[in-house]
Amino acid sequence: MSAARVATGPDDVGIVPTGVANLEAVAAAFRRLGKTPRLLDSAAGISSAAYVVLPGVGSFAGGMAELRRRGWGAAVRRRVEEGRPTLAICLGLQLLCEESEEAPDTAGLGCVPGRVVRLAESRRLPQLGWNRVAAPAGATFLRSSVVYFANSYGLEAGPAGWTAAMGRHGSRFVAGLERGGVLACQFHPELSGKVGAGLLKRWLEQSPGAAAAFERRAPRSTLVAAC
Amino acid sequence: MLNVRVIPCLDVRDGRVVKGVRFDNLEDQGDPARLARRYEREGADEIVILDVSATAEGRVARFETVGRVRDEISIPLTVGGGVRTAEDAGALLEAGADRVAVNTAAVERPELLSEIATRFGAQCAVLALDAGAVSDEACPSGFGVLTHSGKRLAGLDAADWSRRAAELGAGEILLTSFDRDGTRSGYDLALIETIREAVPVPIVASGGGAHAGHMCAAIEAGADAVLAASIFHQGDWSIGRLKDRLQQLGVAVRR
Repeated sequence: MSAARVATGPDDVGIVPTGVANLEAVAAAFRRLGKTPRLLDSAAGISSAAYVVLPGVGSFAGGMAELRRRGWGAAVRRRVEEGRPTLAICLGLQLLCEESEEAPDTAGLGCVPGRVVRLAESRRLPQLGWNRVAAPAGATFLRSSVVYFANSYGLEAGPAGWTAAMGRHGSRFVAGLERGGVLACQFHPELSGKVGAGLLKRWLEQSPGAAAAFERRAPRSTLVAAC
Repeated sequence: MLNVRVIPCLDVRDGRVVKGVRFDNLEDQGDPARLARRYEREGADEIVILDVSATAEGRVARFETVGRVRDEISIPLTVGGGVRTAEDAGALLEAGADRVAVNTAAVERPELLSEIATRFGAQCAVLALDAGAVSDEACPSGFGVLTHSGKRLAGLDAADWSRRAAELGAGEILLTSFDRDGTRSGYDLALIETIREAVPVPIVASGGGAHAGHMCAAIEAGADAVLAASIFHQGDWSIGRLKDRLQQLGVAVRR
């Protein structure tokens, strides 16, 4: 996977490199769905890509520091606020929140109201493995299912203005959030087998605004790099 | 509730899956990507690749094998073998691993665990602990730590070392009984109980598991996941049939 500056199009999935993460696993999941994922290398790229993925492995402070150093925070925040197709994974979901117990002095992107806290110590941490998610009936992307988690922190309660799926590991935590074309997963859809692939497919196909965005643009052959 | 994970382990040498007894007499078991794909289809919850000759040859696990397996599977992939620095771990993640297991290098330089955990998160830092029963004053738990694919005694107590490793940031212990490896005589339950008491992080039981009864016993002893190799490679059990049996025995598994 390269950081090639290519034209955006309906197959264009841009991955935000938040430090080193399991980017290759994310890219492989989209390749299996027939997409051509690439690493984004600019705020303009984050703004123009049809689909943007904010993956996350690592620490809250490290992830925010990387977004700030590169000057990408505002571009991600704007996409989320406009409801454009954006997928946040694991730490990515936490970065969208206001703050985290993991790094009390570090402000999050603040798109999602609420504080990320350490999961209940009554169970083994990190939570590593397959756990049940309960999604509300009206959700566009999220479904009740069993998916793969690798986390020690989570958002305690469903935030106002978002459709939330919940999980339980000792205590209840937010397993997934959606609003418009934005999907945020505390679990790893790219590592959740067929269930995860189905979720990614729904996000690609049913994100409101994804198709409309293409119709407004020039045909793909005439597009130039927006960098 | 978190399901118990069933994990097939691919011991890889020269790009091929091998399996022996007590880390020796390795025999060819097939192509890693082909086996990994089959195991995911059968219901594996995760795949572990251990490059068994990497440390001896002074190199990191083969990236080409990791990439080929990554392309085939959409479940978590843990890779170990010859990781000596956080940069080595990062290179394996870039090649397609989700989590990285360290053994020998962490015994020699324990800070490696905190370096990996700080950069990539505790969930990424797996301590591969090869342990064997010893009678040695330096090992009051009765279990000593082995390095270099079981060839050397580290002079460390297995319980003390696992506790220290978890404090440094290891997010999981991949606990292999050297005495049981490849013997099909069941997991070392005393070893699992000993490490269970020592650490708050998840434990993967490895070494000696041959059927669902063995796995059930390991889970009761405190394992969060069960790993096996030869019984899957050689077709004694498909993962689906094994999970059927575990479910009948009352173990929560993903279906």
